[in-house]
Amino acid sequence: MNTTINIALIGNPNTGKSTLFNALTGLNQKIGNFSGVTVERKTGKLDLTENLSASLIDLPGTYSLYPRSADEQIALEILNSTKNPDYPNLVVVVVDATNLKRNLLLLTQLMDLQLPLVLALNMMDVAKQSGIEIDIALLEKKLGIPVVSVTARDFQGVQELKNAIVKQYENPKLASTGINIHAYAPEVIDEIKAYFHIENDYAAFELAHHYHELGNLTQEKKDAVEAIGLKHHFNGNKTQVAETIDRYNFINEILSDTVRKNKPAVDETRSNKLDAILTHRIFGLLIFFVILFAVFQSIFNWSQYPMGLIENAFIGIENFLKAVLPSGILTNLIIGGILPGMSGVLIFLPQIAVLFLFIAILEDTGYMARVTFMMDRLMKNFGLNGKSVVPLISGIACAVPAIMSARSIENWKDRLITIFVTPFMSCSARLPVYTLLISLVVPNKFVFGFLSLQGLILMAMYLLGFVSALLAGWLLKLFIKTKSKSYFLMELPVYRMPRWSNVGITIFNKARTFVMEAGKVILAVSIILWVLATFGPSKDFDQINAKYAASIKADTTQASLLTSKMNAEKLEASYAGQLGKFIEPAIRPLGYDWKIGIALVTSFAAREVFVGTMSTIYSVQGDAEHLDTVRDKMLEARNPTTGELTFTFATVMSLMIFYAFAMQCMSTFAVVYRETNGLKWPLIQLFTMTAIAYIAAFGVYQLLS
Amino acid sequence: MELRKLTDIAIGTVATIDSFTDEETSILLLEMGCLPGEQIEISNIAPLGDPIAIKVSGYKLSLRKKEAATILVR
Repeated sequence: MNTTINIALIGNPNTGKSTLFNALTGLNQKIGNFSGVTVERKTGKLDLTENLSASLIDLPGTYSLYPRSADEQIALEILNSTKNPDYPNLVVVVVDATNLKRNLLLLTQLMDLQLPLVLALNMMDVAKQSGIEIDIALLEKKLGIPVVSVTARDFQGVQELKNAIVKQYENPKLASTGINIHAYAPEVIDEIKAYFHIENDYAAFELAHHYHELGNLTQEKKDAVEAIGLKHHFNGNKTQVAETIDRYNFINEILSDTVRKNKPAVDETRSNKLDAILTHRIFGLLIFFVILFAVFQSIFNWSQYPMGLIENAFIGIENFLKAVLPSGILTNLIIGGILPGMSGVLIFLPQIAVLFLFIAILEDTGYMARVTFMMDRLMKNFGLNGKSVVPLISGIACAVPAIMSARSIENWKDRLITIFVTPFMSCSARLPVYTLLISLVVPNKFVFGFLSLQGLILMAMYLLGFVSALLAGWLLKLFIKTKSKSYFLMELPVYRMPRWSNVGITIFNKARTFVMEAGKVILAVSIILWVLATFGPSKDFDQINAKYAASIKADTTQASLLTSKMNAEKLEASYAGQLGKFIEPAIRPLGYDWKIGIALVTSFAAREVFVGTMSTIYSVQGDAEHLDTVRDKMLEARNPTTGELTFTFATVMSLMIFYAFAMQCMSTFAVVYRETNGLKWPLIQLFTMTAIAYIAAFGVYQLLS
Repeated sequence: MELRKLTDIAIGTVATIDSFTDEETSILLLEMGCLPGEQIEISNIAPLGDPIAIKVSGYKLSLRKKEAATILVR
């Protein structure tokens, strides 16, 4: 019989918890969301013995069971209720061996919840190098729970950890700190225990503190706890201060004879020297901008080659399928709808991979925390916070995870503004649109021999996004009023070499999520679009068919030209064409025709659909033997009546500006709806961004044409 | 010895935390290991003059000057 148990992995941020999670589960990971909220829920399967396996859940990093952000809340929700589906049979607490004192605070709280624990001392290699000696046997004895030393990045101690887990599961050793929790609020704790039928003092104490934010409590229960608190004048702040000080006294006693520090930490001194340069008032900012610059240039340059490969591969597949499949409606759907949709998704992969390569390295080395540190003062002016930098930079990849990562911002106003302005950042969905449009009008030249001109224009678009995000933040700051104080408390971890397996797994996970999530939307939209572009009112279609059937029969030498003309007329008559025509009067002043109109409409599902739409529209229209890339198709596109090129410089620039500002993304809309608990903010976002886009694109087109 | 705000001591000077002037902020600071009796040192200041980085309880913590000013040291 194979048994599967639930194990939770918990620890402070920067303890190498994710590295340990990766070391334990490898690529055997599942990423989803906690029910009801959008916090990333990472689980993995772990085989412990032949007939015992575990579902390991990676809880968001937290400093204590007093959550400050929505992210940290999850740990409390799961650990405080035995009824939670994720409630663990056992908890592995990961601590940074070089920084035990602060790390143990969380452990002592978990001990008092009487959970079966295993303590994993991570980064033992660094601790040793830094001259920190830990008497593990004595620590284990004093704490009363199993302690294992691991170095997750080298997979050292992982087997020992598994053994300890099995032992602790089969024969649990529970320990408490002996701190008299009951004394903090005797009546309150007793009444809550009686009301909820629970035994544990600390669980009751936690309920007294956090009842209002626990999602699993009914309103009736919340009211009951509140009444108990009011009756006995429960003072949350005072009792928390007392508890925290008592816990640190306990920790100091534990550490007094178990940890010896021999010489100043090498890593720490090196880290301080690095900080002197990397956060220097001039060099620090300069280095940051150089890094950003390098990231953008790399995204554009490194991914060009693999993107070309993917593009060509799809042209190859298209040719192959055309040759082998019998002609018919199904073949047309595959070639005109599904294939362009798939290539529209896969073509991004190189760019997403490069971007997350950099983000993962910057996070993993500890540099991202310095960016946050350096940028806080600037961000404060715009209603944001140093911690908004991570969402904003992640927004370069995709607004959806970026908006979710804003959950680490404790202050609601700062968080709301971050959520609101993040979609202004140029996400990777805009990248293919920009790439395509830039390639139409900007020559592929190099400035000073090494700076790609196209790359520079692309960077200007990113800058535009960033500046607009800041301006939007500044404006919002004036409108949103709040009671809660904004503060900024953040650990600056010691600089480390990036752990390449972590970086690799991050890239893999992000890429997979993107293909699965965005892919679904894009593929669906591509197919719908193909249907709309292929079919129309049968009366009109019959007329066109009849008109051309006669002339093709009359002049067979002109058949392919005539077929192409017929397809163009059919597209115009199709449902998609009618939709484009319908909005054409509104977008004419921006320099767009009805075909671009179709792309604008479909882009409201997701921006990148633009490329696929262009591809589909021009495939439907193009004749069968003509198999060029989208770019070539667009370059040749002309207005059928005037004969002028469709994609003039003014039109292309106006389109880029439109895409820079418009909120065209269903997923972003959905995630903002979930994160702000209502339609108000996503609707405001949708309307203001689209209005800005329209006005700006109008201005640009009128100025340039 | 007289009490001073943390923001009034020079970079590199080691001081000892005495108490806090704001209860709400003090809870957060305590959790992060800023305890009365603990040694504290201003390590560096962000390029734009705020926030600051301090060394406390064996690690480096950054906080805004506004928060740092609620820490009294001796």
